[in-house]
Amino acid sequence: MDFFTFVQILDATLRFATPLLLACLAGLFSERAGIFDIGLEGKMLVAAFLAAAVAATSGSVWVGLMAGIAGSLVLAVVHGLAAITFRGNQLISGVAVNFFASGITVVVAQSWFAQGGGTPQLSGDARFAAIIWPGALTKIRELRAADPLTQTYSELISGHAIIVYIALALVPLSWWVLYRTRFGLRLRAVGENPAAVDTAGISVVRLRFAAVLIAGVLCGLAGAYLSTALQAGFSKEMTAGRGYIALAALIFAKWRPWHALWACLLFGFLQALALRPDVLEGVIGLKVQGQLLDALPYILTVIILAGFVGKAIPPRAGGEPYVKER
Amino acid sequence: MTLTHKFLSATAALALTAGAALADPALIFDLGGKFDKSFNESAFGGAQKWAAETGGKFGEFEITSDAQREQAIRQFAEGGSNPIVMAGFSWATPLETVAKDHPNTKFVIIDMVVDAPNVRSVVFNEHEGSYLVGMMAAMASESGTVGFIGGMDIPLIRKFACGYAQGVTAVKADAKVIANMTGTTPAAWNDPVKGSELTLAQISQGADVVYAAAGGTGVGVLQTAADQDILSIGVDANQNYLHPGEVLTSMLKRVDVAVYDAFKAGDKVEVGVNVMGIANSGVGYALDEHNAALVSADMKAAVDAAAAKIASGELKVHDYMSDEKCPALTF
Repeated sequence: MDFFTFVQILDATLRFATPLLLACLAGLFSERAGIFDIGLEGKMLVAAFLAAAVAATSGSVWVGLMAGIAGSLVLAVVHGLAAITFRGNQLISGVAVNFFASGITVVVAQSWFAQGGGTPQLSGDARFAAIIWPGALTKIRELRAADPLTQTYSELISGHAIIVYIALALVPLSWWVLYRTRFGLRLRAVGENPAAVDTAGISVVRLRFAAVLIAGVLCGLAGAYLSTALQAGFSKEMTAGRGYIALAALIFAKWRPWHALWACLLFGFLQALALRPDVLEGVIGLKVQGQLLDALPYILTVIILAGFVGKAIPPRAGGEPYVKER
Repeated sequence: MTLTHKFLSATAALALTAGAALADPALIFDLGGKFDKSFNESAFGGAQKWAAETGGKFGEFEITSDAQREQAIRQFAEGGSNPIVMAGFSWATPLETVAKDHPNTKFVIIDMVVDAPNVRSVVFNEHEGSYLVGMMAAMASESGTVGFIGGMDIPLIRKFACGYAQGVTAVKADAKVIANMTGTTPAAWNDPVKGSELTLAQISQGADVVYAAAGGTGVGVLQTAADQDILSIGVDANQNYLHPGEVLTSMLKRVDVAVYDAFKAGDKVEVGVNVMGIANSGVGYALDEHNAALVSADMKAAVDAAAAKIASGELKVHDYMSDEKCPALTF
């Protein structure tokens, strides 16, 4: 394996990790406030569809992004109403969100575009273009001949859609918000001991809604990234379980922002590696079946969760609706 | 009559009227969807051509999950449609069941053989068409490395890959063929994200022509190939128009002709196995204004010569499905 191949795998890792990271941070905010969110997948899916559909219709990817976030927010509010206001079971509400999203996107897409449950292919301004940093090369065949520094710069640092950079910047931001601001302290407290927060005269309901809405925005970004940056258009079920992988990453990261970044990068790396059986064959010297590589992220999750990260303790009040008085 | 009965009979009546009128043909698409720009869309094109020529109407249905297959065929059979054409190998198992229950209805299955007295099975010699585009890929390649991206890992797709690899090595014996499959479940027909990542991976291994036989996933392959300025090869339908000047050619599999012929014959459609190969123009390569500049005269002459040899039986392309082995490629 040469250096450039390695850089390329890292590059693919970053692309695969971005939607995971955004969804993982969404889950982080929500679960830290005590609201389990199985519905990450559904919110991403609706956002992916609306972002692509509106971008295709309006011709502007930014309008599409806004629509995607709005769609995700609507589902977030529904989840919030069910889980916070009406104190319903959070898992069931999340599952409902997923089923609703998986059905509605195809039905609306079919009646809107009549293209088999997908949107038309996006091009030009209707899609997030890769940001090419000054002096970076873009064609793989030119890059192959360049020196390692140029390769790293052009492939790994330059050439991603803006959402990738936003996602990376959101990691320190989330850490700062959660651990260095009053809002963050209260948000974490509401997930551990809402009664104490309530006693201090702070609204539990408002804090939890704020957390759920933040999760909605982040899922919106993740979905829009899938359909308008990573791909040029929506196709049915295009989230393909990424919301659930993000949840696994969240547990793996023990509900902490920096750890979430590493967990998502690791899962992204495994997905990227699954696409390069030739590299694996060269490194370990025997042919690995593609099926095994596809299963690797899940196998590793189980192994890691079983004993390598120690005990993952969720927020104590997670999943429990807060009842002020009995 | 209870309420449930009312509802049931109402739905049944609706289903009957919603289905085509007596003896109209019907077409059922596979999971990739009617507008996959490939296999299913080609089938739809054939049906549309028939409708435009005869002014006739046809029933159509797009399934959204494997569980709907048997019900979909039954619905049309009970609604009186004849013949009922279904596109895709996955229809074989449900069709075996349903064909027995409707002996007076003719069924046509594309890409698979079902042995029943009222079923016409249309299969294509994809390895022959793939051989031709493989030759073109080898001639167009500067690096001597070409790629193949398949959809779901099934013998049928390996047949494409194997024919392609044979075509490549026939032109350049030392050429390298990188073959990847998108996945092992039907979701692999519809995963453009993975398609484009696989393309990037193949480009970095030196591939400068990539052949996609992957249904909807191929859209991602062709897109990435165009973004990276390498050539791609489309499949099933003519996909040259998707990225003019960047798609070397398309391996044509005339699903549209199969559907058109079946519709035209109506309920008198001939049963049995129908093999469509180069000899009867069932497979071939696409040449139009979008790729005219990419295909040199030499290339065309060489490929046409090979096509003539295959048609006459002088040149035999190995069929992977005959013995599950490929002389030119290991999976």
